Amino acid sequence: MEHLYDILNQVDGYIYPNEIALQWGILIVLYPYITGLVAGAFILASLERVFKVKVLRPTYHLALLTALAFLLVAGLPLISHLGHPLRAYEILMTPHFSSAMAIFGFVYLWYLMAVLLLEIWFDYRRDLVIWSQQSTGIKRRIYKILTLGVTDISPKALEWDEKLGYIITVIGVPSAFLLHGYVGFIFGSIKANPWWSTVMMPVIFLLSAMVSGIALVMFMYMVISRIRKVKIDMACLDEIGKFLFLVLILDFTLESLDQVHRIYEAEESFEILHLLVTGKLTYTLLIFQGLMGTVIPLLILGFFRISLPEEKVRKPLYFLASSLVLFGVFFMRWNVVIGGQLFSKSFLGFTSFKLGMVGLEGFWMALFWMILPFMILSLLLWLLPPWKKQLG
Amino acid sequence: MPVQLKTLLPLFALFILLFLIARHFLIPESFGKYGHYRADSMDEIAVLPIHYAGKSVCIECHDTEAEMLESDQHAGLSCEICHGPNAKHADDYDVKEFLVKDGSRIFCGRCHAVNAARKLENVIQVDVVEHHPEKENCTDCHNPHAVWEIKE
Ligand code: HEC
Ligand code: HEC
Ligand code: HEC
Ligand code: HEC
Repeated sequence: MEHLYDILNQVDGYIYPNEIALQWGILIVLYPYITGLVAGAFILASLERVFKVKVLRPTYHLALLTALAFLLVAGLPLISHLGHPLRAYEILMTPHFSSAMAIFGFVYLWYLMAVLLLEIWFDYRRDLVIWSQQSTGIKRRIYKILTLGVTDISPKALEWDEKLGYIITVIGVPSAFLLHGYVGFIFGSIKANPWWSTVMMPVIFLLSAMVSGIALVMFMYMVISRIRKVKIDMACLDEIGKFLFLVLILDFTLESLDQVHRIYEAEESFEILHLLVTGKLTYTLLIFQGLMGTVIPLLILGFFRISLPEEKVRKPLYFLASSLVLFGVFFMRWNVVIGGQLFSKSFLGFTSFKLGMVGLEGFWMALFWMILPFMILSLLLWLLPPWKKQLG
Repeated sequence: MPVQLKTLLPLFALFILLFLIARHFLIPESFGKYGHYRADSMDEIAVLPIHYAGKSVCIECHDTEAEMLESDQHAGLSCEICHGPNAKHADDYDVKEFLVKDGSRIFCGRCHAVNAARKLENVIQVDVVEHHPEKENCTDCHNPHAVWEIKE
């Protein structure tokens, strides 16, 4: 009771009792963010494969491994938010079609097992066989296990790798769309919340996922080239920049369209949403997501479409643009998840959100879940270095 | 059939089989008896201790207070909202240690203190510090059961 009385200070206007404290904190912001990075990175990789964009070759495997590293972590913020990891399997045991969350468990498994792991396996199988013969000790054993005992690397078998890998990629594109479209669906289908409830939500989530995934691969490619002290393939970087620009325009247009639609319809919820956007979300929506995460990268990338400055200028600007996009998309998730819980469903008041530093829902925990995929990625890059693959 | 599939297909079949076996053992026995949930959970919930007896039970013995309460503005309130959950007292009236009998300014202020987040039409608000500070507790003037019965 005393506790309730204290937190009433963070409330403005009229609000229902169960809206005072936010149920979904930063971990639920991370979850769509990370899932989006997976879907985006994978879609970039499939561009190379399905649509035969040859210049993207240097980032193809990097994009796949990035997708895998982030996919392995995607569900963990959710589980850590719910706080009962030992019960996490239950949702998969008795799923129900009326529960989007339960069905997601299967979408996730399908994507992980039937798409991503298989595609990487087909891609690396020949190298795994070769590496298992060349290396020694523990690494040799790991490679051996990873081949699953399929050691045939005759041209005919390799041709099958290529063919089956291609089929998997073709299946993978709609799967990646499903994976992230679904995350948007979870929010978009909550009809009680006017900030979330729009059919555009899955599409917006998907496009911002592609934006963030492409930016992540660009970012990682530059960082890794720096660490390995190799020259960046500028043609490849320019091509990624081109796609980023394209998808960013689409994303920006759709999100603006959604807002314009809201403003023009001006339903009964409009007043409170207007107060939300101009009040509690001013920084995160207008400055972080809009200006820094969208407009500035659009200007940089758009400028490159008109005239390409020399490499010395382009590299830092690409680096800046990709970092800003990653930053902006994080705040897009923030604005959806946190923003949707800040106003009362009575449309008469607000609560506030303060991010704690420590604790299971705190900043450090979130940082941990954000760093983990990068650690997994380093491990994957050590085990399956794309640059040591034989060209063929 | 390509060599890859000769290994992968049995492997996936094995995965699915293992999943089905695990599922068989992990699903609680009573699941699905009444609907898409564990039927035993109803019994488990039913044996949880009861904390609130309810107004109708209190009234059986305390008709004076009940009549008073009905006669005035607090008629809509339940006894235990002020006296605390007391199923134990209702079972055995000698158990009185959990009975709350608080008439202080802080206690009544829980519902009546000025609070912009509440609708005025539902519960009338007074400034608990400024309102009639001559006496210390709210119940020094107001009868908690019949609130407009003011003691001088
Ligand atoms: C079985 C009859 C019975 C029921 C049911 C019952 N009470 Fe009582 N209650 C009594 C008796 C008898 C006393 C007086 C005991 C005494 O004075 O020693 C009492 C005393 C009280 C007192 C005064 C205690 C004190 O310290 O002076 C309160 C307050 C009270 N009851 C509240 C309740 C509430 C609230 C309920 C409903 C949850 C309730 N009672 C249900 C019999 C009952
Ligand atoms: C608004 C809060 C409130 C509600 C509702 C309320 N009470 Fe009380 N009750 C009090 C307070 C405060 C006291 C202590 C009065 C005092 O000490 O002068 C009290 C005292 C009592 C006493 C002891 C009386 C005495 O002479 O010692 C009994 C018995 C009692 N209440 C029963 C009930 C019953 C039964 C109900 C429901 C029908 C009820 N109360 C509803 C606040 C409430
Ligand atoms: C659980 C919440 C609650 C508590 C605790 C509570 N009240 Fe009330 N009170 C109400 C409600 C509800 C009303 C009736 C609605 C209204 O008319 O404002 C009311 C009405 C009143 C009124 C009459 C107001 C009017 O407009 O006629 C007075 C006086 C009052 N309470 C005094 C008290 C005192 C003194 C206490 C402490 C012993 C107290 N209340 C504790 C909820 C509460
Ligand atoms: C010194 C006696 C006294 C005390 C102590 C006292 N009141 Fe009152 N209260 C009154 C009188 C007399 C009225 C009649 C209207 C007025 O004079 O304000 C009243 C009116 C009220 C009203 C109705 C207000 C309205 O605008 O209709 C409420 C509610 C109320 N009191 C609650 C409380 C609460 C809660 C407390 C404890 C914080 C409390 N009172 C303490 C004497 C008192």
